[in-house]
Amino acid sequence: MSVLVYTESEQGKFKKTAFEVASYAKAVADQMGTTVTAITVNAGDTSELGKYGVDKVLSVTNSDLDKFNAKAYASVIVEAAKQESAKVVVLSSSADSKYLAPIVSIGLEAGYASNVVEAPSSTSPFTVKRTAFTNKAFNMTTIDTDTKIIGVSKNAFGLKESSGNASSEDFSPAISTSGVTVQSVDRATDKVTIADAEIVVSGGRGLKGPENWGMIEELAEVLGAATACSKPVSDLGWRPHSEHVGQTGKPVASNLYIAIGISGAIQHLAGINSSKVKVVINTDPEAPFFKAADYGIVGDAFEVVPTLIEKLKAFKAQNA
Amino acid sequence: MKILVCISHVPDTTSKINFTDGDTKFDTNGVQFVINPNDEFGLTRAMWFKEKQGAQVTVVNVGGPETEPTLRKALAIGADEAIRVNTQAQDGYQVAKEIANVVKEGGYDLVIAGRESIDYNGGMVPGMIAAITNSNFVTNCISLEVDGTNATAMREIDGGKETVTTSLPLVIGGQKGLVEESDLRIPNMRGIMMARKKPLSVVEATNAAVETNSVKFEKPAPKGAVTLVDPDNIDELINLLHNEAKAI
Ligand SMILES: Cc1cc2nc3c(=O)[nH]c(=O)nc-3n(C[C@H](O)[C@H](O)[C@H](O)COP(=O)(O)OP(=O)(O)OC[C@H]3O[C@@H](n4cnc5c(N)ncnc54)[C@H](O)[C@@H]3O)c2cc1C
Repeated sequence: MSVLVYTESEQGKFKKTAFEVASYAKAVADQMGTTVTAITVNAGDTSELGKYGVDKVLSVTNSDLDKFNAKAYASVIVEAAKQESAKVVVLSSSADSKYLAPIVSIGLEAGYASNVVEAPSSTSPFTVKRTAFTNKAFNMTTIDTDTKIIGVSKNAFGLKESSGNASSEDFSPAISTSGVTVQSVDRATDKVTIADAEIVVSGGRGLKGPENWGMIEELAEVLGAATACSKPVSDLGWRPHSEHVGQTGKPVASNLYIAIGISGAIQHLAGINSSKVKVVINTDPEAPFFKAADYGIVGDAFEVVPTLIEKLKAFKAQNA
Repeated sequence: MKILVCISHVPDTTSKINFTDGDTKFDTNGVQFVINPNDEFGLTRAMWFKEKQGAQVTVVNVGGPETEPTLRKALAIGADEAIRVNTQAQDGYQVAKEIANVVKEGGYDLVIAGRESIDYNGGMVPGMIAAITNSNFVTNCISLEVDGTNATAMREIDGGKETVTTSLPLVIGGQKGLVEESDLRIPNMRGIMMARKKPLSVVEATNAAVETNSVKFEKPAPKGAVTLVDPDNIDELINLLHNEAKAI
């Protein structure tokens, strides 16, 4: 009857979203008067999960699962849910979790609500609040199946510590064979990804050309931030497509989003709106981004950004 | 190769999002509907398979008669035929069940859907179709090649991309990258004329169950005004971000 949560790890370390979904699962379990079981795959030490409300860990160690595979991982989660008779399964909004969620949903005949931003407002009928229309609205949705799957939006619920210990047991479910084989993974391991970043520094067409991205990268480095860009910037080939954020690009739900030389078109804002604090630097005081931002500087990026980098370096040195 | 492209009929990206009937329904008043952008990238890739590899391309939508202009547009872009499953789309599961049924009936080798629709943002239809029809599945797909029954695809992952090999039958969740923005086609007069003569068949729904129900919509709370900082006073910005916003 427990709430099952899939806590993702990478190279034996939990991702921050793992603690967020665990916190969420704990809130649901409290509402339902039950406990939280986490399912992990090749996660190494799992004791940290106790801090976020997990009571028990089903720990899968299997070298066949070294590379992520949606169908295989989905079967692990389905088997875990069955063993625990879980009525609620909690997942994150990472690319991998969004990939496997619909497969788990069919496997468990469980209704799935994605992009959920709050703990259920009611457990009978089971009602959650999710974003729709690319962050331009919220949608209250009931999940009416016996088992429910919730995909939690990143940074929406936050981390909630609770005191507790997570006991761990080995779990070796039957794993579905998949017809999809990963041949190669191309990922810059030394860089913060947009998905994981606390801070995102984003550049637009106002930066005039790819040769001017040095200061964007430097600013990102000083802040430990990921770099992103507006759609035309990636369409023009100034930056890779993987940096394109917005309605048709990647969503951003960081703590801080700094937009430089970006006008703030509706499609851009839709994708970055769930970031908590937004800063805009733009020469045009009429740019729509100023209506969406918390802090703004009307000024030339080529003057403001280098000064900002310099001052931030001093600030970091002082506060280190 | 028989390709089925799933076409979601969504409000144009610039639409004002409002609700009616006590905030239970999307207000379509004055809203222009378009092919879901992620689906359009997939449709355009399907055109490439048609022209280079002789594939036959069918487009499908689950929806009422009001979605037919969107299907006609897909025909004008170059799809060979269209199917509308005659029922209102209510949730991702129901839509996936209906499309899976079309896939089984039509014996499609490749199903191209968008990674998500820009209205409901469920991101579940392609994966569910794959699971129901027991097909291979790649989502966030940014490139796709098919050679006989073998396929090579690239998937965008957090922080990079991965290359996978797989085989037909295959379902993909597509997005920009499958083709570039500049490859997208605006239907020309000839395409529009031809589209009128192409078959658009209406099939009755199997009345698949729904698993979730939309109860109500809410708009985000209005935002407070921006705090402007003088460009000659960057220290103040750092101070605000540190002490007020606690963001650095
Ligand atoms: C279907 C569809 C989907 C779309 N999806 C997306 C999406 O996902 N993401 C996205 O970003 N866009 C998207 N767009 C495009 C969007 O409409 C805008 O065209 C785009 O966001 C504009 O990018 P930009 O702000 O970089 O460029 P511009 O609009 O050209 O703005 C450049 C800004 O830079 C400022 N500027 C110029 N010089 C300086 C300087 N020296 N210092 C500081 N500021 C300066 C200017 O004042 C201006 O505000 C989409 C459009 C459509 C039709």
